[in-house]
Amino acid sequence: MNTSTAKPCPSEVVGKAIRHESAHLHVAGRAFYTDDIPLPANTLHAALGMSTIAHGRLRAIDLSAVRTAPGVVAVMLAGDVPGHNTCGPIRDDDPIFADHLVQYVGQSLFAVAAQSVEAARRAVRLARIDYETLPAILDIRAALAAQSFVIPTQRLARGDPHAALAAAARRLRGTVEMGGQDQFYLEGHISVAIPQEDGAMLIHCSTQHPTEVQHKVAHALGRSAHDIIVQCRRMGGGFGGKESQPALFACAAALLAQKTGRAVKLRVDRDADMIMTGKRHDFIADYDVGFDASGRIQALLVMLASRCGYSADLSGPVNDRAMMHVDNAYFLEHVEIISHRCKTHTVSNTAFRGFGGPQGMLVIEQIIDDIARTLDLDPLAVRRVNYYAITERNITPYLQPVEDNVLALMTDQLEASSDYRARRERITVFNQHSPVIKRGIALTPVKFGISFNATLYNQAGALLHVYTDGTVLVNHGGTEMGQGLFTKVAQVVAEELGIPLASVRVSATDIGKVPNTSATAASSGSDLNGKAAQAAAHTIRQRLVDYACDKYALTADKVSFTQGRVTLGDKATDFAAFVLEAYGARISLSSTGYYSTPKIHYDRATLTGRPFYYFAYGVAVAEVAIDVLTGESRLLRVDILHDVGRSLNPAIDIGQIEGGFLQGAGWLTSEELCWNEHGELKTHAPSTYKIPTARDWPAQATVRLLEGEPNREDTIHRSKAVGEPPLMLAIAVLHAIRAAVASCGKRGVVLRLTAPATPESILRAINAVQKEGVDG
Amino acid sequence: MNCEGIRFILDGKVITLDKLPPTTTLLQYLREGLGRTGTKEGCAEGDCGACTVVEGELCGSRIVYRAVNSCIRFIASFDGKEIVTVESLQSPAGKLHPVQQALVDCHGSQCGFCTPGFVMSLFALYLEDAAPGRAKVVDYLSGNLCRCTGYRPIIDAAAVAMILPEPEVWSRHDAQSESRRALHASITRTHSLNIAVAPGYVAPRALDELAGCYENNPGAVLLAGGTDIGLWVTKQLRDLPSIIYIGNVVGLATISETMDRIEIGAAVRLHEAYQAICAHYPALEELANRFASIPIRNSATLCGNLANGSPIGDSMPILLALGATLVLRRGGQTRTLPLDEFYLGYQKKALEPGEFIAAVRIPILHDSAGVKIVVASYKIAKRFDQDISALCGAYVVRIEAGLVTAARIAYGGMAATPQRARHSETALIGRPWSEDSLVAAGKAIAQDYRPISDMRASANYRLQVAGNLLKRLYLEHDAAATFPTRIPAVSTALRVESP
Ligand code: FES
Ligand code: FES
Repeated sequence: MNTSTAKPCPSEVVGKAIRHESAHLHVAGRAFYTDDIPLPANTLHAALGMSTIAHGRLRAIDLSAVRTAPGVVAVMLAGDVPGHNTCGPIRDDDPIFADHLVQYVGQSLFAVAAQSVEAARRAVRLARIDYETLPAILDIRAALAAQSFVIPTQRLARGDPHAALAAAARRLRGTVEMGGQDQFYLEGHISVAIPQEDGAMLIHCSTQHPTEVQHKVAHALGRSAHDIIVQCRRMGGGFGGKESQPALFACAAALLAQKTGRAVKLRVDRDADMIMTGKRHDFIADYDVGFDASGRIQALLVMLASRCGYSADLSGPVNDRAMMHVDNAYFLEHVEIISHRCKTHTVSNTAFRGFGGPQGMLVIEQIIDDIARTLDLDPLAVRRVNYYAITERNITPYLQPVEDNVLALMTDQLEASSDYRARRERITVFNQHSPVIKRGIALTPVKFGISFNATLYNQAGALLHVYTDGTVLVNHGGTEMGQGLFTKVAQVVAEELGIPLASVRVSATDIGKVPNTSATAASSGSDLNGKAAQAAAHTIRQRLVDYACDKYALTADKVSFTQGRVTLGDKATDFAAFVLEAYGARISLSSTGYYSTPKIHYDRATLTGRPFYYFAYGVAVAEVAIDVLTGESRLLRVDILHDVGRSLNPAIDIGQIEGGFLQGAGWLTSEELCWNEHGELKTHAPSTYKIPTARDWPAQATVRLLEGEPNREDTIHRSKAVGEPPLMLAIAVLHAIRAAVASCGKRGVVLRLTAPATPESILRAINAVQKEGVDG
Repeated sequence: MNCEGIRFILDGKVITLDKLPPTTTLLQYLREGLGRTGTKEGCAEGDCGACTVVEGELCGSRIVYRAVNSCIRFIASFDGKEIVTVESLQSPAGKLHPVQQALVDCHGSQCGFCTPGFVMSLFALYLEDAAPGRAKVVDYLSGNLCRCTGYRPIIDAAAVAMILPEPEVWSRHDAQSESRRALHASITRTHSLNIAVAPGYVAPRALDELAGCYENNPGAVLLAGGTDIGLWVTKQLRDLPSIIYIGNVVGLATISETMDRIEIGAAVRLHEAYQAICAHYPALEELANRFASIPIRNSATLCGNLANGSPIGDSMPILLALGATLVLRRGGQTRTLPLDEFYLGYQKKALEPGEFIAAVRIPILHDSAGVKIVVASYKIAKRFDQDISALCGAYVVRIEAGLVTAARIAYGGMAATPQRARHSETALIGRPWSEDSLVAAGKAIAQDYRPISDMRASANYRLQVAGNLLKRLYLEHDAAATFPTRIPAVSTALRVESP
């Protein structure tokens, strides 16, 4: 049994389970990624020299051996940058090349361009760097102790949490600990810079944010935005890791290209990629919660602290989102959330699918579980009593009402379809007779806010051309990283113009065509770009309708576009013939489209407003087994019900849900980032950093889309964003493990299980519960 | 020996290369030399599968096809073989191969970067098995990482590919066609290969020649599967001394058996080596399946694993416990040495300059009247597939009349070398075969090892689990136990009777 189902909705192209637009190229090895683009014959290859210490002053950088190494053509240091030596997304605290100060192991110090990749990589090893070592802060607790923060602490509060806490019937304090996560896109970072005439530069870059690359490269080169064109046809995965992080590599390549006048490719190997680029923030949280006998939360104080690394990068918005997801599905009447953004001498952490949301949610889910264990209740019962209600108890801590809540309904559906209750009882009996292998089951909910917190990013543009043979080329500001955005946009355009999907081609993201793009992030890709492309298509369609009305003396309702045909009153003609005719009549067949998300507003000072246009929901039930002798675990079955509104493409949406879920499961089980006492990352390749494999997808899995609940907001065809939310469905896996661990000890004992739940973490938690004694 | 080029088959043509450094990886050659960019680099260390290609080798009258990692295999090691890449599979008219079409139909690609590697792993499976079950599919995909999908559509595609119409090219029949075999035969080498391009590469055909060659040039690198040596080049950017490749040596690629032992030659790949071992010791199948991935097991050799001598290598504990012996060769001399005496310290082995492992002999232990032999090895890692052990325990226990009369216990990951657990063995021998005895033996582990803490596990975890595994050993072999002792490798949830 391994089923994934979804009912299509009744339109021509939209809502159909259409294959990825590049699938036939992927499987044939004919899809071009940045590393596959044919380049000028004299292209140079670059490599970056990295810091070997976590914190220190640069006394001297001796590159004489590097310069004279075989094949080396150019070398670039901080002092050689003609423009600004900075590539940070929000603040200027990320130098392209460290100047005076190094702040993490792996920080970029200089770049080399050489005749071959090997020559460049060998040459950088010849550098002699003289450091004056400074004390390094390497983890969150050390940073908290030193009050070391990259940006100021934030506080979000509502009600009177301290008084409510004092008055609460029961009270519990605890700590939540969770690790970070490497994005581990299969295609590592890569940029190619090709000098153009008159100081311009063409950049091919594997990036979720071409406009930011444009800006950073322009600043570094001392040029203007219009000198820099950035293109990206596709990425081999992004997951947030290519939002702010590509800028460093693009800038280094562009600087070397400017200096040498030759094309320069910078492709870092896997180890450098993992050492040099930011990851999901690891977090700790201390909480103090008051609750009643039913487990309903009466007051909550949470201190969140995350490891931001040495610079701000996107840590501000990531931590804001973490704060705004501490509520997850639950009404918190009296609440205070303090968020510390810790500065450490480690790589600067960044965006990763969920963008702080998963960490915030993990905190409240553990609190709920701890309450449930304390009260010896089914954690699901405690979840339910805390769920947001529909008309009251529905205001988030940041004061946005939850208006589209479908969680109770979804929980009912999944609880029944997964047989949660009966299986839970069956597992309890099983565990009583199974001293070595323990099972556990859990149901957890997801409510995830959709929109960029920073309101200005919630806009998008598109450019659409209809050619005289009736084919369409559409370009938009989003990037394709595998999530199927180009497919969905093509569907939207085909639907709008009533033409077959095969008539629509989506071309590489190119800021020369659509400017001032937002990052393809925050799950917003199809919401924003789908609407923008639809607007462009609509404009052209409207021109065609106007022309037809004019020419054939029809009213607009007599003109329609379906299946590549245009109906003109009682006549019909091919779309291709009709656009050729319109062209002859000098009707413009090219248009831009633009969209900005309505209704949203957000006050950064108070962290309140309506940051999210809507919420996406999901529920998952996971069943696991653990081995009490070794702490090994395995996911045995998963049942998922997820809300994508009215799906634009159920096949793609199911793919996002399954992939997001398993990626989340990796974060919470096998993916462990380890730094040593010198601040060196010891897990910087797939040999040591373990993402899930095919075996980890359970043989029993059911993934369903919620039916009959179109988005209540006017999104593109009433669909919902799907990129990030499913990742958090995997919290069910961690909680199923918690349930299994709990069965090793007495009832009523709170668990100490840290994430990721590696065998070691699980065994430690088992040891701890067993110390408290075992039920007789 | 004459100097000449490397010859291999690609898309039906023989390609000869005589100017390429022999340490060029196949991946570099494909991407940079030929512009065949379908094959991807995801890690350059054999751990992600994005670079997977299929190699074909004429073995007797059949061509054997194996998925391998092109990122760490030197081009020279493909001499005499056929290389199949993702670009090879489409028909001349552009029709997709069933494994490709099935991936399209099942929505098996998202970003697509891992996809060529999955295509090639599925292609190897397609050629080998017309109706693989889920477990086999998952095994075949153990070396391929995908970060986008949840693998479900890829697993589905394996089944769908098998029911699609036979392709024009690269059907199972085409893979064994007479003309293809003839082409293979035409490049089969009967004498040694000697490449002069730096760093120099010799692939002798005869054992004596190999022994002579290495004795004369003890500084050379002996290359077998290259799954470690490849990384010296791709990861450490090392300049290798001249290379002696042992993969073509007649006589080293053989497995021979007598009543009481298996002898596995130095060129035998892990895949075949473990097949032979598991035929006698089925309890080791899980260990075999968890050893790296299929593409790695298709290149790497058992003796290479032993010679490498990593403290966390997975073959050593069980071979130590079984009492394996190495056959060492130096020039004209051959000696044997218990594996026990081979590892002297971290990366230090009892090998003379110019001496090499020619084979390993593994005793075959049988139950007999009144004697029961318990054999087991347990690997502990963060991930089931393709992971390096935090620790790996191996046990061979002889039980007579309810008493333990002999015990050999060894662990990897617990010390600077794979090592016997002598205190634990002593604690067990002479004791009744009971849970108490095994738990006591487990406690003695603390006297045997002082493990380190690293990114794989802490010292405390290693010690606790090394001890607990002895309890597992007992429970797993306790016929009276009424409860499960292991998590199933292929998962199933508890069934609930429908109301
Ligand atoms: S590139 Fe990852 S296994 Fe070869
Ligand atoms: S489809 Fe992106 S890694 Fe597999």
